[in-house]
Amino acid sequence: MAGRQGSVRQILDWLRQPGVLTAIPTSLFLLAGFVGPLVLVIGFSFMPPRTFSLAQAPTLANFISVVTDSYYISFGWSVLLATSTVLLLLAICYPIAYGMAKLFGRWANLVTVLVAVPLLVSENIRLFGWVLFLLKKGILDGTLQTLLGISGPSLLYSVPAIVFGLVYVYLPFMLFPLVIGLSMVPDELKEAASDLGARRLQIFREVELPLAMPGMMIGCMLTFILSLGSLAESKILGGQAVVMIADDIESAFTFAQNWPKGSVLSVLLIAFSGALVFILFRRIDLDRIIGRR
Amino acid sequence: MTSQRINPAKLLIIIWTVTVLIFLYIPMFSVVLASLTKKRYFSFPVQHWDTIWYEKALDSLSVRDLIATSLSVAVLVTVFSVVLGFCGALAFARYDWTGRKLFQKIVLLPIFFPQAVLGLALLLWFSTLGITTSWKTAVFAHMIWIVPIVTLIMTIQIYGFDPSLEEAAFDMGASRWQVLREVTLPLLSPGIISGAVFAFLLSWGNFPLSLFSTGADQTVPEWLYAKMVSGYTPMVPTLGSLTMGGAVVLLVLTYGLYRLLARRHRRG
Repeated sequence: MAGRQGSVRQILDWLRQPGVLTAIPTSLFLLAGFVGPLVLVIGFSFMPPRTFSLAQAPTLANFISVVTDSYYISFGWSVLLATSTVLLLLAICYPIAYGMAKLFGRWANLVTVLVAVPLLVSENIRLFGWVLFLLKKGILDGTLQTLLGISGPSLLYSVPAIVFGLVYVYLPFMLFPLVIGLSMVPDELKEAASDLGARRLQIFREVELPLAMPGMMIGCMLTFILSLGSLAESKILGGQAVVMIADDIESAFTFAQNWPKGSVLSVLLIAFSGALVFILFRRIDLDRIIGRR
Repeated sequence: MTSQRINPAKLLIIIWTVTVLIFLYIPMFSVVLASLTKKRYFSFPVQHWDTIWYEKALDSLSVRDLIATSLSVAVLVTVFSVVLGFCGALAFARYDWTGRKLFQKIVLLPIFFPQAVLGLALLLWFSTLGITTSWKTAVFAHMIWIVPIVTLIMTIQIYGFDPSLEEAAFDMGASRWQVLREVTLPLLSPGIISGAVFAFLLSWGNFPLSLFSTGADQTVPEWLYAKMVSGYTPMVPTLGSLTMGGAVVLLVLTYGLYRLLARRHRRG
């Protein structure tokens, strides 16, 4: 009896902490809007194909059909496109992030604002802007034709166009974590390494890179996962060039009205991304990265 | 700058940064350009400039409907997200409690989550619960993604917040409510304002979540997408430019508000 009262007391004490009290509203909200739907999708992935309730006997039919109906092709394309996007973004953003963390001084703030502002414009509108720019008789083609008299092939509706769109849309999500990562590298450490006779490449590889790693990992993970589940880029810039996994998920849920099929593909995507996030979160301390100025 | 020797690596980095920044703005520029042409189909160089599509857009009742829907969603998302994000950020960064590390990770998960899949999962969720989707369910859907972002923005402000100021107020006999109103909120107000602006604009421009959660209602980005895919009209770049213009006005106003707050802060 006394033991039970003790544990009730412990729970009440835990609940009385201001941290717990302030965490309750957000937690309940995410439970109802994020965890709930996820559990539901996982549940549906075990239901027989083309059923609309969870009251059936569970089956693995959908998981088998992912392999037999060659859905792994669209999944493979998504992984390939997402990987290319991440590598390109690393190459594009690293010098800029280095500049913002070490060279630009006051100007870094301006660059931050200029990179962040497009995020506040609908992704659709920005991708559509690229369509207008790259279209046959569009801005690029028209300019080349008037100035030089040449007219190239259409750059739209191809696999490179999709990668281009992904790189464009997710650039800030690579850049900002990289800047945080690189600003965590103290200059004194690099100077010390150089005083001790390390060459430039050595300093980069053995001092800068390891220290900037948490930010780099967040950037890579974030852009990889976002590109993996992207929908608008392949639809607007890619035409019918390739089908990405999010396309398949969408058509399973909407046109095909096959919820279990859509669910199983979502589970695949979620499990893959989730595993990556899990690995990432085990290796970094969020307080240190966000709190750092 | 002139007395200093500019090293070539630095120069290259500057040139590269400026190039990428220009690239970031090309699509916006293209959309505005296309909205100012008279012809029904876009081709460049533009032969006839006109603002006729702006007049048509502003006169159209269906455009007003779209804007009203988008606005209602964005305003409600902003209000709810700021409240939830504020509580969440306090739990995230201000207090020490058992379970905090787990809470931090769970709160950030939705940001890492593909939005289209989240939208579809919510569609499944709503129909299983028997809720008919409309712009109201879209408010809920947007918040799943926006509350974590607002939490994160406010968290950054709270990390720079000195808790001893609150303690000092308590020691001087202030009540919990007084401390919140007179110390905590004013000090955290920049974070709250930027959280609110981000919430509004992210909801205003959101497409993947709206696509699956608005039901029969339609927001501006949904309409734009539908028209881009089939049945292009110059109304698309026009409405696109109008929404961008709205965002710019809001950002400028926010910046003004910041300056005002900063000046008052310095005086007071």
